[in-house]
Amino acid sequence: MGLSGQVAIVGAYESPRRKAPGMHPFELQAECVRGALEDAGLSLADVDGFCTAAGFPGEGGAWMDTCEVAEWLGIHPAFLDGTDTGGAAPLSQAGHAAAAIATGLADVVVVSYAACSYSGAADFDTPPPGWGPYGYEAPYGLTTVAAYALAAQRHMHELGTTPEQLALVAVQCRANAAANPDARYRDPLTVEDVLASPVIASPLHRLDCCVVTDSGGAIVLTGPSRAASCRKRPVWLLGFGEAAGQVQMSQMWPYTETVARVSGPRALAMAGVTLDDLDCAQIYDSFTITVLLTLESLGFCERGEGGAFVESGALAPAGSLPINTDGGGLSSNHPGRRGIFTLIEGVRQLRGESPGVQLADPKLVLCHGTGGSLSATATVILGI
Amino acid sequence: MSGRPKPLPVLGDELSRTYWEAAAEGRLLLQRCRACGAYQHYPRGHCVRCFAPDPEWVEAAGSGRLHTFSIVQRTSDPSFEDDVPYAFGIVELDEGPRLAVNVVDTPLEELACDLPVSIVFTPAAGGIALPNATRKEAG
Ligand SMILES: [Zn+2]
Repeated sequence: MGLSGQVAIVGAYESPRRKAPGMHPFELQAECVRGALEDAGLSLADVDGFCTAAGFPGEGGAWMDTCEVAEWLGIHPAFLDGTDTGGAAPLSQAGHAAAAIATGLADVVVVSYAACSYSGAADFDTPPPGWGPYGYEAPYGLTTVAAYALAAQRHMHELGTTPEQLALVAVQCRANAAANPDARYRDPLTVEDVLASPVIASPLHRLDCCVVTDSGGAIVLTGPSRAASCRKRPVWLLGFGEAAGQVQMSQMWPYTETVARVSGPRALAMAGVTLDDLDCAQIYDSFTITVLLTLESLGFCERGEGGAFVESGALAPAGSLPINTDGGGLSSNHPGRRGIFTLIEGVRQLRGESPGVQLADPKLVLCHGTGGSLSATATVILGI
Repeated sequence: MSGRPKPLPVLGDELSRTYWEAAAEGRLLLQRCRACGAYQHYPRGHCVRCFAPDPEWVEAAGSGRLHTFSIVQRTSDPSFEDDVPYAFGIVELDEGPRLAVNVVDTPLEELACDLPVSIVFTPAAGGIALPNATRKEAG
């Protein structure tokens, strides 16, 4: 199925908040839905499809999280999606929403996300109960950072990647964040700063890890006829792919790749474009290693060459593949499922509205999410 | 000792009961497919390679290599706060499957990917014994 010209993102909004003490995450979702609809020039009454995932710590949901947020908003959508691919969920849901719009199942779909992970002191290290698969790993004290560190450790051992090369990813994101007034951290950062920050789970340092915020964002998708009358120029959703890898770390193989190797080519093929056609990429950066694995797994460079690719300056705004032009999760915003912000920044770049580093007239952007413990990925190609 | 107990496996079904009862006796069980011969961990009622039902239980040799690891310095799980730094690792067993472990009785500075390890059993609460890894003695 091709999507060219069938589905547009017509509204996008990122909350400027990074701390929201005393606010329920559902109310933060309401702020984001309102912002995205105003951006589109649409109203809540126009919305017939709604997607969110809100069942993680700090997200406020309980047993039927997508329906719970719909109820809070006061809507009764006829198309729902709460696919949980971790931080990639908003990209997965945007892809499913696009399919729903293209097939006539929905007209106006909002994909929304919010969490209060900072104020809620969300605990991402205590695993779910140990009946079933978690029972074989939970007793060993695996933390979220340590799960990604397993991949970094093996990548360094097998392929020679260095801590300095990983640190360069954080340094570039911080440089991009400097211009973004809403970014959590904007002060310049050096490789030495990253390496001097405390080790959280070897070989990853504190500054190899994303920020933890209270925030959210939303996008509005619709078909071409309604898109033509929206406030802003439509950004077309051209391609989509997703893939599930593993959840338990004992099931990962190899530890040096992600299933971006599946979701990326599927999204590119649907869009009918190649990696060389892209003007920039918004790549999920929960940790510096996440970016490196993703660059290799998507095929921007060969396996094991991610470090050299980063050192080449390719990721800088003037390089061959500028990434995370808003400062990314490493410096700007990461309440939990950062995937929504990769889409929002993709839209902003194509409209010339980036709050960080605006590139000159980009036409094609790759947005990519990695969720869980390198567990699942989703890739979306946007164009204008 | 922090107030909250550490997470433990729940022996809520036949598969997990078989695995953890053997571990409590100092035996690490794997499963081998009766159709394709593949070994697997963690236990299921089918082979994840060919989906044939009812793989047989086999006792692992208890030997492998530390495929990858991380030394955990910070955790937000209070039940592990008193343990840092500790090593979480993935052992590639000689039979093939990979196993989550803590690396115990081994100086943390000696940890390295592909380090030969033996499986040992560490008592935990409630009569549980956790399969862990320790550096293999030379020779
Ligand atoms: Zn089999």
